[in-house]
Amino acid sequence: MNFDGYDTGGFHDEMFLPDGTPRPEARLLVDRIEGLPPGELLRRHQTAERALLTTGITFAVYGDEQGAERIFPFDIVPRIVSRDSWDPIERGLRQRVEALNHFLQDIYHERAILRDGVIPADIVESSAGYRPECIGLEPPRGIWCHISGTDLVRDRDGTVYVLEDNLRCPSGVSYVLENRAVMTETFPVVFEGLQVRPVADYPSRLLSMLEYVAAPTTHRPIVAVLTPGMFNSAYFEHSFLAQQMGIQLVEGRDLVVEDDHLQMRTTRGFEQVDVLYRRIDDDFLDPTCFRSDSMLGVPGLMDLYRRGRVALVNAPGTGVADDKVVYAYVPKMIRYYLDEDPILPNVPTWLCWHEKDRRHVLDHLADLVVKPANESGGYGMLIGPASTEAERRTFAGLIEASPRNYIAQPTLGLSRVPTRIDQRFEGRHVDLRPYILYGREIYVLPGGLTRVALKKGSLVVNSSQGGGSKDTWVLSC
Amino acid sequence: MLSRVAESVYWMSRYIERAENVARVVGVNNQLQHHLPGLTAEQWDPMVKVTGDEGRFRASYEAASRENVIEFLTFDAANPNSIVSCLTRARENARSVREIISSEMWEEVNRFYLFLHEADAPRRALADPHPFFEHVRRSSHLIEGTKNETMEHGEAWHFSRMGRYVERADQTTRILDVKYFLLLPSADDVGRPADDLQWSALLRSASAFEAYRRAHGRVAASLVARFLLFERDFPRSVQHCINAAQLSLHAVTGTPLRRFANSAEQTLGRLAAEVDYTDTADIIRAGLHDFLDSIQHRLNSVGNEITRTFFAPRGRAGTGQ
Repeated sequence: MNFDGYDTGGFHDEMFLPDGTPRPEARLLVDRIEGLPPGELLRRHQTAERALLTTGITFAVYGDEQGAERIFPFDIVPRIVSRDSWDPIERGLRQRVEALNHFLQDIYHERAILRDGVIPADIVESSAGYRPECIGLEPPRGIWCHISGTDLVRDRDGTVYVLEDNLRCPSGVSYVLENRAVMTETFPVVFEGLQVRPVADYPSRLLSMLEYVAAPTTHRPIVAVLTPGMFNSAYFEHSFLAQQMGIQLVEGRDLVVEDDHLQMRTTRGFEQVDVLYRRIDDDFLDPTCFRSDSMLGVPGLMDLYRRGRVALVNAPGTGVADDKVVYAYVPKMIRYYLDEDPILPNVPTWLCWHEKDRRHVLDHLADLVVKPANESGGYGMLIGPASTEAERRTFAGLIEASPRNYIAQPTLGLSRVPTRIDQRFEGRHVDLRPYILYGREIYVLPGGLTRVALKKGSLVVNSSQGGGSKDTWVLSC
Repeated sequence: MLSRVAESVYWMSRYIERAENVARVVGVNNQLQHHLPGLTAEQWDPMVKVTGDEGRFRASYEAASRENVIEFLTFDAANPNSIVSCLTRARENARSVREIISSEMWEEVNRFYLFLHEADAPRRALADPHPFFEHVRRSSHLIEGTKNETMEHGEAWHFSRMGRYVERADQTTRILDVKYFLLLPSADDVGRPADDLQWSALLRSASAFEAYRRAHGRVAASLVARFLLFERDFPRSVQHCINAAQLSLHAVTGTPLRRFANSAEQTLGRLAAEVDYTDTADIIRAGLHDFLDSIQHRLNSVGNEITRTFFAPRGRAGTGQ
């Protein structure tokens, strides 16, 4: 297979320049792929998919009675990121996560940023992720957002924008690690001569971070991953991370508060847990504090947490920053807390609760992307250029009815990467989710999850809506 | 380790062992057909009886034909003890403890499961049963071997071993019981050539034929029963299984053998002692089927006490201190 006739289609292509020649960082990879014997790429692709199925790297499909699992579709052509283009991304993400952590500490304590009028207090307090129960909370080492998975996109002109911050339980990192493992096993030849920065040390770094936030104890801290259970769509990731870190994977029913500590039920009685990497939402953590009908959490957990007897990762209450209206203020937070200019820009965002913005949005619905402020997974969106008159009318009604809950952004021409479609390569749109760990220092996983919209022309990369993934290679030279 | 995890590891292993033994029971018939040409469809009846699911079978199938029995024992998702049902639950348990079992082991469980779910699996099982059921047995062995060679021999491993051997002891009594159901119409033809072939088929389906030959040479009813029940060194004999389960149980708790600190140790210890001090002649006199039946009930109680002692969901469960 070769790239003859490959068309960048007027988008920023991550592998090729507009004139059809490979970008310098991709030249070697393009040569390698074109040098393969006929049929070899397809054969490797099938080997890789079989490996993913056997390893059980699958996600559950909700609503499927058979409990069917699918593999997250995987494309064998990696996405290459040059060192020069990665460097500002890494610095920008560090800066952003640091500012967001200040913000969380501030709104649940002094509320300085609200008093100074940088962000309206009622925006924060009306956010679905805001938790008044967290007022005055002192998380260990002052860290709230230990793990973030920031979504980045690149527009036609090559600018990288932050699309979402994802400070609750960002998932997907297991695909990054497994994609790399499968690529190195099934396709080692393409790595030769390229300095691809490793990602395999992520579990060790995650574990160090988790141990770092434990309350001081006499023993090595006991860390556990809290999962909603094997029917959760991200269960594979929960068990994978626990296995890679060598720690327990627990469910709510394994845990109990006793003797003023969090304990797990073992075959030899109770054993203390010091740090909980929880992969369940705030609402389900503790029925005595949040939703009282939760069967997934542990009664009394929040009280222990408040008194520093156990650490929770991420801290409760971080979801406020995932509100897309709050997101719009992150550049202001960076200036306010760090006195720096933002390195990574936000996508320009109109806030419908502003009358002037709302009028603009309503007048330009056909050109804009409208998003609900507190949804994720690509649900409930209006993509203007692809919408019908009726859909636009519906959205206009929704916006008028609750302007606080809607934002709008220009339709970006997401960058593309060549993707194997049958026996040829076609450009497909991608985004990028690097993972950031905030512990003793802030660490950015080089690369992250490249999600690709496999449907021709589609801009929706979510796995629930026809997305797949690619290995992401950040080059170190 | 977590009680929930211990329970899942234990049941994962029981279900895999059960699936393997269903393949063995079906294998008895394959053996018989090789060596006794002219057998009719009636021979499939005992296969259903021995699994203890006769009522369920009668409710959904008209006749005990080869097609029906193989479908029921292998692929019927409504039969909780079919090979497919066992593997589905084994894999579900494995999935819930993926972080505890080794990746290699998980992959073997998953491969086994995917093999059974290949689109043409039912067709192949009927058209060419030998390689199909051989594959089932081999998959189970592969899982066991992979477990032994890749997982640390700690608490989880011991719970898995307990599950394997408790289940296997039960299943060996069932394989032996096939003979009772085969003979029911005419109980006095001991020693006839057909009988010799039937006992040999039983031994083969328990992978015991060669070891038995080395030990006893000629095939005799009482010797076969003794071998499958009491041959200490043969890994599928009831006594071997009970002893192995007991070693793992005591390795988990640290209680010295021949003592007990909880009801699981007590129940299993009593059963072990009784098996140790039972004579084959007594069993044959009193009736092999009844003896096998009582062993199955006792093993059931052992399972219940293991659950009560280690997996019970509340309070300071544990070793009974």
